[in-house]
Amino acid sequence: MLEVAAVEVTGGAGSVPWIIVKIVAIILPLLLGVAYLTFAERKIIGYIQVRIGPNRVGPRGWLQPIADVVKLMLKEVIIPTGADRFLFLAAPILALAPALAAWAVVPFAAETVLADINAGLLYILALSSMGVYGIIIAGWASNSKYAFLGAMRSAAQMVSYEIAMGFALVGVLIAAGSLNLGDIVRAQDGGILTWFWLPLLPLFVIYFISGVAETNRAPFDIAEGESEIVAGFHVEYAGMSFALFFLAEYTNMILISVLAAIMFLGGWLSPFQGFPLLEGLFAWVPGMAWLLAKTSIFLFLFLWFRATFPRYRYDQIMRLGWKVFIPITIAWLVVAAVLVMLAVPPWFD
Amino acid sequence: MPEIRNMTLNFGPQHPAAHGVLRLVLEMDGEVIERADPHIGLLHRGTEKLAESKPYNQSIGYMDRLDYVSMMCNEHAYVLAIERLLGVEPPLRAQYIRVLFDEITRILNHLMWLGAHGLDIGAMTIFLYCFREREDLMDCYEAVSGTRMHATYYRPGGVYRDLPERMPRYEASKWRSREDVERLNEARRGSLLDFIDDFAARFPACVDEYETLLTDNRIWKQRTVGIAVVSPERALALGFTGPMLRGSGVEWDLRKKQPYAVYERVDFDIPVGVNGDCYDRYLVRVEEMRQSAGIIKQCVAWLRKNPGPVTIEDYKLVSPRREDMKGDMESLIHHFKLFTEGYCVPEGEIYAAVEHPKGEFGIYLISDGANKPYRVKVRASGFAHLAGMDELVKGHMLADVVTTIGTLDIVFGEVDR
Repeated sequence: MLEVAAVEVTGGAGSVPWIIVKIVAIILPLLLGVAYLTFAERKIIGYIQVRIGPNRVGPRGWLQPIADVVKLMLKEVIIPTGADRFLFLAAPILALAPALAAWAVVPFAAETVLADINAGLLYILALSSMGVYGIIIAGWASNSKYAFLGAMRSAAQMVSYEIAMGFALVGVLIAAGSLNLGDIVRAQDGGILTWFWLPLLPLFVIYFISGVAETNRAPFDIAEGESEIVAGFHVEYAGMSFALFFLAEYTNMILISVLAAIMFLGGWLSPFQGFPLLEGLFAWVPGMAWLLAKTSIFLFLFLWFRATFPRYRYDQIMRLGWKVFIPITIAWLVVAAVLVMLAVPPWFD
Repeated sequence: MPEIRNMTLNFGPQHPAAHGVLRLVLEMDGEVIERADPHIGLLHRGTEKLAESKPYNQSIGYMDRLDYVSMMCNEHAYVLAIERLLGVEPPLRAQYIRVLFDEITRILNHLMWLGAHGLDIGAMTIFLYCFREREDLMDCYEAVSGTRMHATYYRPGGVYRDLPERMPRYEASKWRSREDVERLNEARRGSLLDFIDDFAARFPACVDEYETLLTDNRIWKQRTVGIAVVSPERALALGFTGPMLRGSGVEWDLRKKQPYAVYERVDFDIPVGVNGDCYDRYLVRVEEMRQSAGIIKQCVAWLRKNPGPVTIEDYKLVSPRREDMKGDMESLIHHFKLFTEGYCVPEGEIYAAVEHPKGEFGIYLISDGANKPYRVKVRASGFAHLAGMDELVKGHMLADVVTTIGTLDIVFGEVDR
């Protein structure tokens, strides 16, 4: 990061204030997106469950997330007597910071990226592994048995799924021949059938499922485990410190969805590329809109899973991760490598 | 060398899966349960003692509050005990109404159980699906008794009143448009019986919907198959009844084995499980809901064809008609005596049990010939089931404790009384 920043400072267009403006231009819409993702979640799950969802604050409930934010900000941050004060307050920040920092390398459109570094994929992998520290520290610092159990569960879970996820990313790396996220998208250029979801289908599915597990969302939400360990690692948190965990979780959800769209669904590329009539018809749509639409599909899946599936048990999650996902990803890595070696068209010619 | 001790976790009484006020002290080795120690009594309200200081009829309402998700079945056991001591037999129509509402209650209870069980295991949508149907059954309660839960509808000698000819309807309001109301009222145009008939006809499709979500769901099966297994011998030895016993493969149902009311006259099957695990008990209860819908249909058909009195004519036991009281001195006296002094029950003791949705629910009643019972003892099925908790969860993981509490179908109203 430092190196990147230094390059940007000396570069003509990228002075420090300009970078800060760019960061704000990413973070603000992101936080707004998180707020309205919670609203979308409540509405969508509401309709799945034959009820209406929030509809009282503002027209059709549109101000509900704002009201939630205000409520959380006004609440007292309670620090339990037995808790380690410093770690207790540091944990939510440790959870949120990597979730936000990862956005630095996300390409929103062809040239729209904060830090166009060549180790983008590695950077993302490194930062998403950092998130687990926030959770472990929160569980430990709370000095509560429920929080402790939640932290233990989530540490084991996130570390295991990191491996499957890492292998899926290696598959993308093999296919694209680059760690730069922009180059990965450019390698998929050519139309809906040349995107990586087709040659890397098992990796695509496993990446997304691991992503759900990585963000501790249902049916892998054992770290929170509402009905088992009450709220898991954040059981002792209230007010803003709780809100930070909440923000981190939802930011990670959006991040996983964006990455899935970039790596497997062609990022900002139009899905109508290669269709003679439709391509021209939709040429005016900006690339960012396509990325947003693809991301929304994955976000909807997150919510759909939550409304449909019962929760896995701790040991079953481990079994799924180690005994099913990791072998499949390794096997498919070989297949992907062979496909690339043979330069199989239309993807790798 | 430091001493290594197991972790003790205080599960409840404030816990989302404690089903009320269960306090479970868990001794755990990591996530594995070594010992589970249920503590009860946090919802003790002294129902049995209260019943000793009141005329018989005034305790019927307390029975509703024992197992507060299957209200009328509790009443049935109490009323049955009084009737057997008195030696009276309610009219056939009243008995059919009782069976009808016992089965409505069974569906009510099982829907509540299925929703809560699903929610415990993390399937949250099933909960709201169940409550959608539950709402209609609550309306049936309201139509006959005026309240949605604590009905006090069964009385010694019959039921409080005949089924209403008109089902209450929704009215359009600021929040509910005319079209919505039209749609909601579609099944409510006729009498209560029409409404119940319509419900019984569409309910099996609703059960199919629940089963689509759960029965073949891999995660659901992984979470329930092989969890909290009880062998038939242990189930009998632990005093399990109802679906907890039938899930282990013991075919025991008081409705068949010791028929009361008109259960001999209706046709139904008893589902039994094979493995005695949570999944089998789930299947048993789901099938019971289907069977109940069948019984309801048969009752509705009989009740349509056979109008008649719903209480006996003995005004020492049953309140006289309101219209008679306005002009008839004797009726007024009967009414006054019944609601102040009550009636005296001949000396003796009796045990009356019904097949409650959760198992055998019994009332042991001792009368010394006064207008109040000398002693009332409630046999709650949940009490015996909870006592088996330690045996059921030993060696399982923390998440399975929650599944087990769900499968026991515990309600603390009846356990703590």
